[in-house]
Amino acid sequence: MKVIEVNSSNFEQEVLKSGVPVIVDFNADWCGPCRMLKPVLDEAAAENDGFKIASVNVDREQDLAFEYGISSIPCLVVIKDGQEIRRSVGLIGKEQLLALVGGV
Amino acid sequence: MYDIIVIGAGTAGMTAAVYGRRANKSVLLLEAKSYGGQIVSAHRIDNYPAEPGISGFDFAQKLYEQTKALGAEFKFERALDIKDGEVKTVVTASGEYQGRTVIIATGSENGRLGLTNEKELTGRGVSYCASCDGAFFRGRTVAVAGGGSSAVRDAIYLADIAARVHLILRQDTPDAEDESLLSGRDNISLITGSRVTKLTADKRLTGIELTARDGSVSELPVDGLFVSVGRVPENQSFAGLIDLDSAGYAASGEDCLTKTPGIFVAGDNRAKTLRQLVTAASDGAAAATAAVKYMTARK
Repeated sequence: MKVIEVNSSNFEQEVLKSGVPVIVDFNADWCGPCRMLKPVLDEAAAENDGFKIASVNVDREQDLAFEYGISSIPCLVVIKDGQEIRRSVGLIGKEQLLALVGGV
Repeated sequence: MYDIIVIGAGTAGMTAAVYGRRANKSVLLLEAKSYGGQIVSAHRIDNYPAEPGISGFDFAQKLYEQTKALGAEFKFERALDIKDGEVKTVVTASGEYQGRTVIIATGSENGRLGLTNEKELTGRGVSYCASCDGAFFRGRTVAVAGGGSSAVRDAIYLADIAARVHLILRQDTPDAEDESLLSGRDNISLITGSRVTKLTADKRLTGIELTARDGSVSELPVDGLFVSVGRVPENQSFAGLIDLDSAGYAASGEDCLTKTPGIFVAGDNRAKTLRQLVTAASDGAAAATAAVKYMTARK
């Protein structure tokens, strides 16, 4: 699978109603660690189909960023059955990413 | 088997790989997160020769492309251990890699204040990256806590975004260069000789408690706290093979040699007086050159 861009109009369908857990990546173009996280997410998304990865640009989607109380990026929020179950702030590697979504 | 295994793909590690490849040695870079290291968080770099104003991301990207183009191999796995021998084995979570030499360029992690609720408030008002998170505090009141130039630079960056920046320094006076950078910044208030001793929160951070050197305690309401209290070197996994100083840095000189022949250190995890991009690059060059010399002597 590929990382999907989500916004306020498809967030419910792609994330909240997803049949598999979703890692939501809150990010911005001007944030260096966010940009460094992209290849990690792309690789993890391509190699795994037990979860999906959604990207939210906090500049364009301020309502979603506010709703999830984002004040540090990159911020990864794991959502399952519409509920937040885990959260991780800052740049992480693929091993940590898989651990974040492991066992959910 | 590789000629050189470099652990850590920051500025020191990637520069070591460039020097290794240019000496026609095979090079594997092992990186736990993503390439670039600490500099990725820098909004802009103005003190690296010939590249004034470049962003940390662009710097890392250019160095990565240079390193890749020279033929160094990257694997994104955390190195957990090194087994010494005539051939060294680097153990990661997913495998083992053999190298004739190893360069440890693991750098350092953000230092924490060490306060009880600091971790749960990270991302809820507490941040370690001003360039990433400053924009969330537009028009708000923030504090920067730290002990040196990086805290001063974070405060200056944030002063253009936030309404008010409280700069809380451990030392009694900032050094001369930092002081001149702060002059004329009317919305930065400088609080010296103090440290943050408590975080007050109601779901998110609402304020901080400061304790001055004389023991007096005060409260400061803030919307955000940027922690810039220095770095913690990432050497512990390799402590048996390299000597560490009391702060955990590799006790090696500018030659980047360690007590174990064939194992070298480079970058911010080495004991040194100046930790800058240029000294990280310098270490990478020195360590790779020492590794090449070591291999030549064993032929």
